[in-house]
Order: sequence, then C-alpha cells, then structure tokens
Amino acid sequence: METIYFDHISATPLHPEVERAMIDYISHSYGNPVSQHRIGDAALEALEGAREKVGGLINANPEEVVFTSGGTESINHAIKGVAFARAEKGKHIVTSNIEHNAVLKSLRMLERMGYRVTSVSVDEFGLVDPDDVKEAITDETILVSIMHANNEIGTIEPIAEIGRITRERNIPFHCDAVASGGVIPVDVEEMGVDLLSIAANQFYGPSGVGVLYIRPKTELWPLFDGGMQESSRRGGTHNMVGIVGMGKAAELAREEMPQRMEHVLQLKKAFIDGLGFIGEVVLNGHPTQSLPNLASISVSYVEGEAMMLLLDEEGICISTRSACASGSLRASHVLLSIGRDYATAQGTLLFSFGMTNTLGEVERALETLKEVVATLRKISPLYKKKG
Amino acid sequence: MYSETVMDHFKTPRNVGRIEDADGIGEVGNPVCGDMMTITLKVKDDRIEDIKFETFGCGAAIAVSSMVTEMAKGKTLEEALKITNKSVVEQLEGLPKNKLHCSNLGADALHQAIMDYYERKEGRTGRKRRKREKVEPLEHREGRCYCPYCDVELPEEIPTCTLCGKPTEHRHE
Repeated sequence: METIYFDHISATPLHPEVERAMIDYISHSYGNPVSQHRIGDAALEALEGAREKVGGLINANPEEVVFTSGGTESINHAIKGVAFARAEKGKHIVTSNIEHNAVLKSLRMLERMGYRVTSVSVDEFGLVDPDDVKEAITDETILVSIMHANNEIGTIEPIAEIGRITRERNIPFHCDAVASGGVIPVDVEEMGVDLLSIAANQFYGPSGVGVLYIRPKTELWPLFDGGMQESSRRGGTHNMVGIVGMGKAAELAREEMPQRMEHVLQLKKAFIDGLGFIGEVVLNGHPTQSLPNLASISVSYVEGEAMMLLLDEEGICISTRSACASGSLRASHVLLSIGRDYATAQGTLLFSFGMTNTLGEVERALETLKEVVATLRKISPLYKKKG
Repeated sequence: MYSETVMDHFKTPRNVGRIEDADGIGEVGNPVCGDMMTITLKVKDDRIEDIKFETFGCGAAIAVSSMVTEMAKGKTLEEALKITNKSVVEQLEGLPKNKLHCSNLGADALHQAIMDYYERKEGRTGRKRRKREKVEPLEHREGRCYCPYCDVELPEEIPTCTLCGKPTEHRHE
C-alpha cells in the first residue's frame, strides 16, 4: 500500500535540492558565523547567502530578514516585541477572530499583563473586512496583527487594504504569513506590512527554522536577549543547517512557484469536484480567494479524528480540525467563527496537496473517503437514514 | 497514540446499531461536548439479552461504546450497573489523558439505558422516548469546567483555563 501524503499544511517533505544543500553544508562546515576567522567567515557567507534568498522570496532587503526557530517564534517576537517596545504609547492591539494559536495565545498573555485586544469578526468565507479593522483602531492602538492566509480554511485576507489603513494611522502591522509564505506570492511592499512571519517547513524546507521580516525603524524589542546575532534583534547561535535549508527552499519556491501553484490547484479542483459523491459535505473558506494547496471540508454526522484514523489505516495522511484530535476538546474557533455549528465543525478535514502528489492519488483518496464516511455514518446517531 | 485494544474496537466496533423495540434507551452527550452516544437494550429475566450502540465521536468514543456494550452483554442488570468508566478504560488498556472524558459517556449511557428500563417497567414513562438533550453553546450552560491539561476543576464556566490558558472542557455530570 502506497502512502499518500495530503498534509502539506502541517509540514512539507524536504525538496531533494534542499536536502542536498543541507547535507553538503553540514559535512563541510561547522563554524559560528559570528567568529572572526576563516571558519567563521565561511559560515557567515552561507548565512548571508540564505538571508538574501529569503529576502528575494518576500521582496525584502536582506538586512530586514531575521532568522528564527520557526513561525511560532516569529509571531511571538513580532507581537510581544512591539507590545513591549510601544507600551508607553498605548496598550491596545487589533487582530481577527481566526488567527493561529501562536497569535491568539501571545495576545492572551499580553491581556493578562494589562493590554487590551479587539478581535474583528469574519464573514462566512472567513474574510476580514478592512473597514472593521479601521473602526477598531483607537488612539491607543500600538499594533495590528492579521494573518495572510488562514491555515484551517485557506481564505486569503485583504492584507494590502489593511496595510494602507495601518500606514495612514502610522501603526505597526504584523502579518502571519506562515501558511502562505513560499506557497503563493508574498510581497512585503505590496502588502504594506511592517512585520511578517514565515516558516520553511511550509515550502519544502526543514522544520525548526523561520523568518521574521522587520521593516527598518519598526519599534520592536528582542524576544531572545543574548549575543549580537541578527544585529542584536535575535540572540542565540544560528541554526545554520536549518538556515541553509531555508535559503535553498526560498530560492526554489521563488523559481517554481507558478508551476507549483498550478499543479496543486489542479489537484484541489479535482478533489472538490469528486466530493459530490459523498454527499452532505461543505467546503470551508472562500471559493476563489484561498490557498491553492488546501481543501478544508466539513462532513456532516461524523467526527474528524475518527475519519482521519480510518484514512490513515488506508495509508492516507491528512489532518483534522476536530476538537477531539487537536487535544483541545473544543471545536475550532475558526470554524465556529465562519458560522459552522459544533457538530459540523467536529467533522472537519484538511486535505493539503504538494508538488509530488498526483491526480491518481486524489482519486484513491476520494474513494477511500467515501467508504470511511459511509462506515462512520452507519454508527452515527446523528445520521438520518434516507428513503 | 491509542492502545491496540482501542484501535481494534474502533476499527471493528461490536454491537453497532439500534434495537427498534428496545426495553431501555440511554442517550448522553451532545456535539458541543464533542461526542454523542445512544445505547439500546433488550432485557430478559433481568439479564441484558441484547445491546447496541450508535456514537458520534472520535476514535476513543467509538472504542469506549463498543467495549461497554461487550462488557454489558449477557450480564444481569445489577452486574451491568457496576460497570464503571474506570473499568471500561482498564479493559481498553488505557486511554490518553486528554481522551479520558470520552470514557465517561460509555458507562453513563449504559446506566441511563438500565434506569430507563426500570422506569418503563414501573410504568412511569411508558414507552415514550426521553426528550433529546438540547444543544446549547457551552457558554450558556451552567456547571463547571475542567482543564484536561492541568487536571483541575475550574470554579466557573469559562472557555479557557485560568492556569494554562488552554481551552477547558465541560464536565459531564
């Protein structure tokens, strides 16, 4: 039985060229890029090369790129760093109802410290209305944080419009672009953001490495105090192997993006077209303004974790946003925010496609999903048998 | 994550279905809590002659339902009432800590079905089915919350744990 991997939103496999670059680096280099000798210089060269490549991916200057341990650190750094640096100017932050937990929990922590958070709601497709952001901003507002693409439903937010609002009001704007960075075009100038978080494991790079883009003159404290690394914006010895991998992955993502987007969109469309045969399945997120690699569906009368486990038995790896599987025991805040009821939210599955997936795999997954749903609906007290 | 016994009961659940002319019905849970379970019984000479379940829920919830019906089948009502959530979990060779709440439903549904049988026998409710529990958002319900991470009862109905900030769970009574 061939394994089918449809969980690229959780992590992507390493691109073979990324793997080669990382192995090549680790077998020849070991220096610390801050050391002022030849071994250190070699590492520094690799570090700055990677920085330039990631900058190229998001249209940023290399010196605006700070390497971190991943999306979560980047987000924590952006939100807490601005909140601490600008505390005297105000203690109000604007965000949305469907942010990732890294954003939500960072903000919850700040609330405990006396900050106030306004969270704007989204429409049935998960779209933030920029006018709501505009209205939520007060004289006390020190930061706006809105995600680029949602990791549970794929909806792409109108970041550029929000960026125009925050510029007008001169408020730092952070964008969590972890789900979109390296997948679809991300341009910090077009989007008008001051801070932007991305992670390498979303675009065929390694896990455990990410980037925080910081626009010059943004008021921001470090999250990790330590050495002079990253121009004192992030202390700590560099994860050089990871950084080299991220640099290579960024370079490839930039080159291959149009083909990759076309390929995964074709798979996503084929998957959605085939869902009709299962019946009583809804697609979550915006029909067009959404990630090309993610199909988020809610299946009525059955629970997500149970479906995921049975699909796994058949070699199909996906993820779920049912409360039972996430360990949180509560239905997803994102799905409730777009108006799904509790039972429907519990039946949510995420199929996320990648560049090595094929149409044949989509067909097999659809057939298996149909069987799995039928099996579980037979057990479900919620399923009203027809006819 | 799950034991072999849990996976076995999840993949090939025993006693699935609904007995149409049941002598006792137990319905517990609601989708807000994440699980729903219905148990139907056939009783003969104070003994559970047949038992079936229907469950909306995760792998653990389905395994618990299957196991509880298997444990109860053929037992006297008195013996079946002694089946506890804990004994079901033991028979399943354990459940992950954050899934223990799923086990509560199993014995609860069984006990409710037995009590329903007794009530019908005494003619208190006739053969009318109990009204289904109304589903309301958690925030509107009264009762306490429980944090599965900190393993503590929280004094009020709040969506997140005051200690760790993680989402809380509604406690089944």
